[in-house]
Amino acid sequence: MSSIQLFRPRAFGETSRRDIWWIQPLAVFLGFSAFIVYSTWAAFQNAHYTFGPYLSPFYSPEIFGDSHHALFGPKPGWWPGWLPFSPAFLILWAPAGFRFTCYYYRGAYYKAFWADPPNCAVGEPRKSYWGENSFPLIMQNIHRYFFYLAFAFIVILAYDAWKGMWFEDPATGATSFGIGIGTLVLIVNVLLLGSYTLGCHSLRHLVGGRFDHLSARPGRMKAYHCVSCLNRKHMLWAWLSLFWVGFTDVYVRLCSMGIWTDWRIL
Amino acid sequence: MPPVTFNIWRGGAEGGEFKEYRTEVTEGMVVLDAVHQIQAESANDLAVRWNCKAGKCGSCSAEINGKPRLMCMTRMSDLPVNQPVRIEPMQAFPSIKDLVTDVSWNFEVKKRLKRFKPRKPDAPDGSWRFAQADTDRVQEFRKCIECFLCQDVCHVLRDHHKHEEFIGPRFFVYSAALEMHPLDEEDRLEDLKRANGIGYCNITKCCTKVCPEHITITDNAIIPLKERVVDRFYDPVRMLLRVIGG
Ligand code: SF4
Ligand code: SF4
Ligand code: FES
Ligand code: FES
Repeated sequence: MSSIQLFRPRAFGETSRRDIWWIQPLAVFLGFSAFIVYSTWAAFQNAHYTFGPYLSPFYSPEIFGDSHHALFGPKPGWWPGWLPFSPAFLILWAPAGFRFTCYYYRGAYYKAFWADPPNCAVGEPRKSYWGENSFPLIMQNIHRYFFYLAFAFIVILAYDAWKGMWFEDPATGATSFGIGIGTLVLIVNVLLLGSYTLGCHSLRHLVGGRFDHLSARPGRMKAYHCVSCLNRKHMLWAWLSLFWVGFTDVYVRLCSMGIWTDWRIL
Repeated sequence: MPPVTFNIWRGGAEGGEFKEYRTEVTEGMVVLDAVHQIQAESANDLAVRWNCKAGKCGSCSAEINGKPRLMCMTRMSDLPVNQPVRIEPMQAFPSIKDLVTDVSWNFEVKKRLKRFKPRKPDAPDGSWRFAQADTDRVQEFRKCIECFLCQDVCHVLRDHHKHEEFIGPRFFVYSAALEMHPLDEEDRLEDLKRANGIGYCNITKCCTKVCPEHITITDNAIIPLKERVVDRFYDPVRMLLRVIGG
């Protein structure tokens, strides 16, 4: 193609588009930034992440920590003294890596954070381009391994939602079944995260997409159609679950701080 | 209705500029009608390519108010006419004249790609048997009318001019239609990764947005092919299993 005269590539932000094309990348930029800032702040707090039977999803599973949810007791002795500690640090990298390498998010943040392109048919700031063809972005191909981890998290968060139904009587110490607003918040959280995770493109490939003769594997065929169904609205699930997982942490935090009251329904 | 103003790009490979035209727009008109009317009234030498006027031949691709679209399928009533309607040629291909670009690069690319290679016939009469359910997935890809609007909007071609290393969304759709076909035995993964540059696609979904046939290019063709390439070249466990399994 080098021998043929092509149109001059447009300058950064140059376009003939008439619509407000920058609104969408701006909204994505603000939405992601708000989440990153809040979740980082919340992870550093190492406080107010439990309330009654509830555990914030940013801190689950609590591998080491001070709450009664901790699996292996308090902060381990080998943890370097100079390094701030929070149970969230031990686990948040997994869901963060899952979202970072998600096909939907990739397309969205390449536009919103890297202007590559700023939006469709809008000029770019840089001439050079490697895409996902070489290091570092070639690493995005690891996504399916983050999926395996994310799937384990869904199971753990489902267990948390179950535990959120068992309230302890402060007087007797006995636990009894109940449902609080917080229980519903945790249930919605796992449903939204489940719908996002189970609509993953890598899962779609693994359960059936990689076969050309799916009809010979009826179980896989069903699974493929289920995943495809969630996958069609993957962007929607991505945003709903992102918002709700943040809100779940806010809910537990504010209840724990005594600012919100957790109403019991049952 | 008062006449509508159009800014149409006039020129060729050496360069060009937008020229202003005014014409009456009547009910039911599409952009291609307006362009033809302008051609008849005030610009007899205006070059525009078209054929079917039914959204099926893929000839009348252009950019209307900055968006890659078929001129014959864009209704004037859907455009704001209180400001000039801007019409320009596709930007990812060399200009021939006015709204006409040279899309022959696409045909050259297609010649390079591996053909359909069916397995041996299933029956003595030379015919095959396969389940409809297994071709449902590729049916969507066969709707392509080769308008090349997806190629035009893809920034890898449009802005980065990677025509030598990247075949573009249209040909990922084509490759997916063959690669996922239940009868096909050809192996295209090596080519997709190296010669065809699938790694350059950064999943912006711009191609999907402009496709007049509503083919879910990115989600149903490109990402599934990327996942197959991961199986072969990037998944360490799968690679290990292949080594062990021979
Ligand atoms: S999704 Fe990929 S192929 Fe489609 S326009 Fe974007 S970069 Fe190009
Ligand atoms: S995939 Fe869609 S946009 Fe691309 S050439 Fe085919 S019909 Fe046109
Ligand atoms: S593609 Fe989005 S989670 Fe895997
Ligand atoms: S003239 Fe055939 S698609 Fe527009």
